[in-house]
Amino acid sequence: MAADVGFGSLLITLIVSIYGVVAAIYGERNKKIEWVLSAKRAMALVFPLLTISILSIIYLLVTDHFEVVYVSEVSSRTMPLYLKITALWGGQAGSLLFWSWLLAGFTSAVTLRKWERDQELLPWVIVVSLLTLAFFVLLSVFFENPFAQYWQDANGIITSFSQPPNAIPIFPRDGSGLNPLLRHPGMIIHPPMQYLGFVAFIIPFAYAMASLITGRTDDRWIQLSRRWTLWAWLFLSLGLILGARWAYDVLGWGGYWGWDPVEISALMPWLSGTAFLHAVLIQEKRGMFKQLTMVLIILTYNLVIFGTFLTRSGLLSSVHSFAQSTIGPIFLVFIALTIIVSIWILNLRWNDLKSRQVLTSYFSKEALIIISVLLFLGVLVTSFWGVMFPKISELVTGQKVTVGPPFYERVTGPILGGMLIIMVICPLAVWGYASFKHLGRLLWKPFIFSLGGAALAIYGGFTRWEAVIAFWLIGFVLAVNVFELARRTNLRKRNEEATWLSSLLHVIHKNRRSYGAMIVHIGVVLMALGIIGIELFQTETQGTIPTGGELSVGSYSMTFDRLDVFDTDDGRNVARAVVSVVKDGQVIEEIYPRRDFFYDSGQPMTIPGVRSTLVDDFYVILVDWKMVTSDSATFKVYHNPLVKWLWIGAWVFILGVVIGTLRDKENKPVTVRSK
Amino acid sequence: MKIRIKRLFRTMFTVITLLMIFASVAAAQGSDPTDDEVNAIAKQLYCPVCENVPLDACGTAACEQWRGIIRAKLAEGWTDQQIKTYFVNQYGDRVLAEPPRQGFNWVVYIVPLVVFLGGIFLLFRGFQTWLAANQESPGKRKNSRTGITKAPSEEYKQRVEEDLKNRKKL
Repeated sequence: MAADVGFGSLLITLIVSIYGVVAAIYGERNKKIEWVLSAKRAMALVFPLLTISILSIIYLLVTDHFEVVYVSEVSSRTMPLYLKITALWGGQAGSLLFWSWLLAGFTSAVTLRKWERDQELLPWVIVVSLLTLAFFVLLSVFFENPFAQYWQDANGIITSFSQPPNAIPIFPRDGSGLNPLLRHPGMIIHPPMQYLGFVAFIIPFAYAMASLITGRTDDRWIQLSRRWTLWAWLFLSLGLILGARWAYDVLGWGGYWGWDPVEISALMPWLSGTAFLHAVLIQEKRGMFKQLTMVLIILTYNLVIFGTFLTRSGLLSSVHSFAQSTIGPIFLVFIALTIIVSIWILNLRWNDLKSRQVLTSYFSKEALIIISVLLFLGVLVTSFWGVMFPKISELVTGQKVTVGPPFYERVTGPILGGMLIIMVICPLAVWGYASFKHLGRLLWKPFIFSLGGAALAIYGGFTRWEAVIAFWLIGFVLAVNVFELARRTNLRKRNEEATWLSSLLHVIHKNRRSYGAMIVHIGVVLMALGIIGIELFQTETQGTIPTGGELSVGSYSMTFDRLDVFDTDDGRNVARAVVSVVKDGQVIEEIYPRRDFFYDSGQPMTIPGVRSTLVDDFYVILVDWKMVTSDSATFKVYHNPLVKWLWIGAWVFILGVVIGTLRDKENKPVTVRSK
Repeated sequence: MKIRIKRLFRTMFTVITLLMIFASVAAAQGSDPTDDEVNAIAKQLYCPVCENVPLDACGTAACEQWRGIIRAKLAEGWTDQQIKTYFVNQYGDRVLAEPPRQGFNWVVYIVPLVVFLGGIFLLFRGFQTWLAANQESPGKRKNSRTGITKAPSEEYKQRVEEDLKNRKKL
């Protein structure tokens, strides 16, 4: 019954979406506003309709309806309630439906704003949003139906939504359970954030397309979609950060980013989206690079679809292969169509987007920002090519190859350095014109302070030349931003005779967007600190030690105290080591690396024990144990310097984005009375 | 007598040298490689089954077996390169973290570089054209105090006109 309701609602959503597209086009072509408004109502309806489908599948998951194929594949009786609910995005069919539901939420929300001023854009925003939604709902209806059930006929077990002739339904007693890697609190948030980021970028794209189709090539679409873009960027950034944290906590290889194809497919829209956000700034301030802005949002939209395709098609093997199927060809057709149509429309308006403004200096803000856009695109091209090359190589030479971390790291290291240099100069550069002399005057004080960063690196033992340069640049970026903030606060304090704190708060409050960006950049350099620490200075060791034995790495050592093996109520067998962390001969903490074995899925999961400080992480993995035969266990121990700054920087980054999304406080209108 | 002593010394020297060679070979064969030595090589290899997970971090039985092979080869005195070559010969280039720099594989290294350099070239050319255009266009005023060039009001008006014109097309 719940499956029927869910599938029925899914089918109605598809019909309503297609109706919305047709009505919007018909209304726009024939200037019949009532048809456009009807399409708008259809767009408002898709979210409640898909909510019914989502609630149905959640009901089926929670009530153990294992006759439903999806429920049987991702859930089991022993799983706790919250995992049964999050199993909604633990497999192919469910995650596609979840994706569509989030997109429906955004498209329906778009209808809530006042459209009077921008009515000409409305039909095309509807067409683009609902066409994308219709495509994904269509996948759920015809290819990846989450409501399909098990049936048995003379030939064996078949899966289908409706009852095949001469078949009887079958009811498995239990399901296979969720992949153990997904049974982590991080998994409750990481995929939804990632998906939210993906789908939210569809809205700015819809506005951009509407702007191109209607020929309204001014900045209005950017103003209208600015919030959507920032929210999309926020969610995508959060998704990436949470994914990295989950990998660090669960995958048990001592790292946070493995340049896995699916990680890269989430990074690519983030890179083009970040480039877009920067290019938009130039368009808003100087009316330049309108063509580039359009190209970047088209690229971002297509990378969102491409990223979903990479994850869902089974084209690439990856650590994320929780969900694969044969929907690849239809995805490729959709991507090809969207690229062709959007480039065709862009081509029609290409000349209208040309700007009469020109760059006036190499050191102007717009020049520096455009270089940063190029750097983002450099990482993007490398990532795209690295992901695609194994397939291309296989097609051309028949030889399979692996493009692993060393390939990407060779490029991203120098580019990160380039970005840091731009982050040093950019806050001080001005729009329009800036000379080297002018910049030099502003830079010398922060430069002196920045040398402290290099000195700190050498004092802390980070003596590799790349690290010393990076620390110096990080110090430089921090000093430039702090000096700039102090300068403006001081100006306010002097003019208004206010206190330091109130001046500081006032300066930030008055210009949230610009200080949001400043905080984001501070977050980025703090993250860079963590990245440099772990990438250049990680040390590790592995060894088998008896109870009471010791293993050392860096300035730490660990003592293996004991191992407990026990079963849990939720169907796990847990082997949990008790390990004492020792520094300078003193026990400073007890940590518990463990290995969980899930009976239902027959898979293990490794959870490290970590002692984390601002200076370094001591990270212990329980690799193996032979307590009966030799009373010993094998541990892998990592010393990860500064990695905590990666997470601190990430939260500073997110805080900056949130501040940036807030509306700037506008000055109250001043009434002047004539005498 | 002298010849006899010389011969004795020569024989002793030969025996001692041979003994030392045997002892070092035996030591190499008999030594048990540490987990770190095994992982140092495993880190650079990828098994064909668990794609994109380096061998040192993979927990599957197949990867455990591969690490066992590395350990055995190390114990036999094989070098890092010999062990990597052994796996490449067995399973192909895909076991390496990066495509070897030969033949068609050069494409993976060259394309991003060419695209990036192309981007730099285009940007640089654009900058030069813009700067030249800027120098030619009269009417720019530079504020001597702030160093900021103010856009002339004509240009600003032109932009407003342009936007308004586009608005009318709707």
